[in-house]
Amino acid sequence: MPIEILMPALSPTMTDGNVSSWTVKEGDTVSAGDILCEIETDKATMEVEAVDEGVIGKILIPGGTEHVVVNSVIALLLEEGEDAKALDGYTASSTAPTAGASVAPVAAVPAVAASVVAAVPQQSGARVFASPLAKRIAKGKGLDLAQVQGTGPRGRIVKRDVEGAAPQAVVSAAPTVMPESGTFTAIPHTNMRKIIARRLQDSKQTVPHFYLTADCRIDKLLDMRKSMNAASPEGEGAYKISVNDFVVKAVAKALVEVPEANAQWTDDAVLQLHAVDISIAVATPSGLITPIVRNADYKGLAGISAAVKDLAGRARDGKLMPEEYTGGGFSISNLGMYGVKDFAAIINPPQSCILAVGAGEQRPIVVDGQLAVGTVMCCTLSVDHRSVDGAVGAQFLAAFKRIIEEPALMAL
Amino acid sequence: MSDTNFDLVIIGGGPGGYVAAIRAAQLKMKVALVEHQHLGGICLNWGCIPTKALLRSAEIYRQMQHAKDYGLSADGIGFDLKAIVDRSRKVSGQLSGGIGHLLKKNKVTVFDGYGKLAGKGKVAVTKDNKLITTLSAKNVILATGARARVLPGMEPDGKLIWYYKDALVPNEVPKRLLVIGSGAIGIEFANFFHTLGSQTTVVEMMDRIVPAEDAEVSAFLQKSLTKDGLKIMTSVGVKVLKAGKDTVSATLEVDGVTHVEEFDRVIVAAGIVGNVEDIGLETTKVHVDRTHVTTNEWCETDEPGVYAIGDIAGPPWLAHKASHEGMLCVEKIAGLKGLHPMNTDHIAGCTYCHPQVASVGLTEAQAKERGHKLKVGRFPFQANGKAIALGEPEGFIKTIFDEKTGELLGAHMIGAEVTELIQGFVVAMGLETTEAELMHTVFPHPTLSEMMHESVLDAYGRAVHF
Repeated sequence: MPIEILMPALSPTMTDGNVSSWTVKEGDTVSAGDILCEIETDKATMEVEAVDEGVIGKILIPGGTEHVVVNSVIALLLEEGEDAKALDGYTASSTAPTAGASVAPVAAVPAVAASVVAAVPQQSGARVFASPLAKRIAKGKGLDLAQVQGTGPRGRIVKRDVEGAAPQAVVSAAPTVMPESGTFTAIPHTNMRKIIARRLQDSKQTVPHFYLTADCRIDKLLDMRKSMNAASPEGEGAYKISVNDFVVKAVAKALVEVPEANAQWTDDAVLQLHAVDISIAVATPSGLITPIVRNADYKGLAGISAAVKDLAGRARDGKLMPEEYTGGGFSISNLGMYGVKDFAAIINPPQSCILAVGAGEQRPIVVDGQLAVGTVMCCTLSVDHRSVDGAVGAQFLAAFKRIIEEPALMAL
Repeated sequence: MSDTNFDLVIIGGGPGGYVAAIRAAQLKMKVALVEHQHLGGICLNWGCIPTKALLRSAEIYRQMQHAKDYGLSADGIGFDLKAIVDRSRKVSGQLSGGIGHLLKKNKVTVFDGYGKLAGKGKVAVTKDNKLITTLSAKNVILATGARARVLPGMEPDGKLIWYYKDALVPNEVPKRLLVIGSGAIGIEFANFFHTLGSQTTVVEMMDRIVPAEDAEVSAFLQKSLTKDGLKIMTSVGVKVLKAGKDTVSATLEVDGVTHVEEFDRVIVAAGIVGNVEDIGLETTKVHVDRTHVTTNEWCETDEPGVYAIGDIAGPPWLAHKASHEGMLCVEKIAGLKGLHPMNTDHIAGCTYCHPQVASVGLTEAQAKERGHKLKVGRFPFQANGKAIALGEPEGFIKTIFDEKTGELLGAHMIGAEVTELIQGFVVAMGLETTEAELMHTVFPHPTLSEMMHESVLDAYGRAVHF
């Protein structure tokens, strides 16, 4: 019996992924630990290693295949002494990708992920299991069964599933009027793009956002940053603290002061998190990802700086491990480097708050009744009113402002 | 001292309780079953099974009387009532013993006593009013069943006024028999005693017999039984039963006018009431509505950890409903995934008179009430080869479809062996087949089941043999 190489689950919530490329070919001899292929999930690319030694007998799922269901056979490994005849009977079709749309959500707690998974309808083209009656009713209503989630035995679509379903689903699924061909380039959705689209749409549509904005004067911070960076050693131990690192540190300290803002909303309870884990929005070529600086309250500025640098770098390369972007209690999105003055970010559920950080810019300010020039950074906190009320949000923002304006507090 | 801690305690060992116990044991629960009378419950001991044994005797007796029709000779045909009853009791005894073996094989601990809720997670077991033991379990299933509704002024006397238990062990065939109630139980007893020679009258308050069935079935059955010599009175109320020394005088009211008729025996079969008394419900939040415990689709009562299945939990009052609820309830307790509530529209009912009656789903009237536009098909036994060969040309199969979706809404059968045929349509309904799949199904020839096919074809104007 050839050894079946299965599509691995890179995270507990992963149900399918893409086989990006194979680094071995049929006939290659591999030993345990050799890299076989790269698997792309919603957020990361992972290398799959051989667990056993043998000869790659057959690659069933070629590189570039999307939506390969977890635990489906992607290749067959022949053991020592086994010849290719053992491969007879294995066909790619029996393991062909049959998954629905990608499902592992960005930085979601498993409970949320599970509910998201259940709600994802099957992809068009895949075999739809439905009772004859359900098919008949769907046809009568002009309903696309691929858009319906089955609740019958083994997920089969039954009468009750289609009776309640509105045919609007089809209207929205139908192609919109496309511009003339040749006038555009269609960029197929990556898993990540689909996840971003769904998650942020869900958030904006279901989470009652409210926004709090504060101008923060950062002259002291800039002075401190300048002298700190000037004192950096060369080579080993060198550091370069960014304004954003200060923001992360100030958020961490403010969350310790106002732990109510470090919260997740669930249907049954508001979860007030014990650890201060801060998600940092990072733009990558394929989209947004939010790696997490863990225990940011215990890290110094240099530690935060190093962590952010490492995570952001690997995020851009698509090499983050799922646990590095799953979880977190608070997010920071900083567009200051693009000269954005002020913006409001969309909450990253199940978190309750996200801080949108604008550019620090010199502005006329009033100090003790006198006009002066100061460097001001506008920060807007987006808050989920279900879990965090206005006053708590304001307390958090006040604490953040106090700390970022008096950066010496960060040394405490 | 024996172990008294269980995962699950079930009160009542009928077709609900014992099936639940076995399923729970399969799911690795430690199960206790408390039964104070007979394993197998009413169904097996005083209901479904022993009546089928009696009716089988009656059926063969009837066939023997028609031996000549089949080219056979049988002289001196007669019967021994005691032997018929003994056989019926033996059948029950054999099956009840079988349940005991099944429970033992599945390591279910059976307590011979009367179970009663005694505080949260506790069940007191008494025998002859003495407490034997108190069992503890996180979950308790009430499966205490139901009993015959006793009509006021018509209490059973064990002599002249009978309820089902008396009627199952008669010591003579009454000369003139009055049966009150024309549901399955009343009709079956009427049929049995009538076949053995009783001059039988069936009175029904409603305007037709077997009132739960489709009106066409009721009409056909009434015609058939009447032809057989049974006297059927519908829209008739029994005002007074007066038991004399050897006879009962019954005051019957027809169209507001009363008259008195004399009978030798009366069988009262006027529905059932749930066994909700003296099982400790008063100590719980369990809600009782007209002698039945209120449950949700998972058999959960209002008291956490207390479940109810079968007759005590409401209609339809059928053993197979109880068994299914028992399995479903236990699977829910075990936390199995992918469970589905029972659909009572998909539970078939069977009546074992001659001709037999079986049905599932909506009657034509019910389907219309629910706003369906219908396609209705019918096929008579007299056009089916197997029915003719059997010498059973009486009956029909009726199917009811939703015109728009082709959903099989109901199937109604009357005739020989239809109680064994109905499951085909039950499966079809469960799988949500439409007329198309049923039409494409190849039914074996020659069988009575071909009529099921033809009935579906007829609903769409395509019947071949009629």
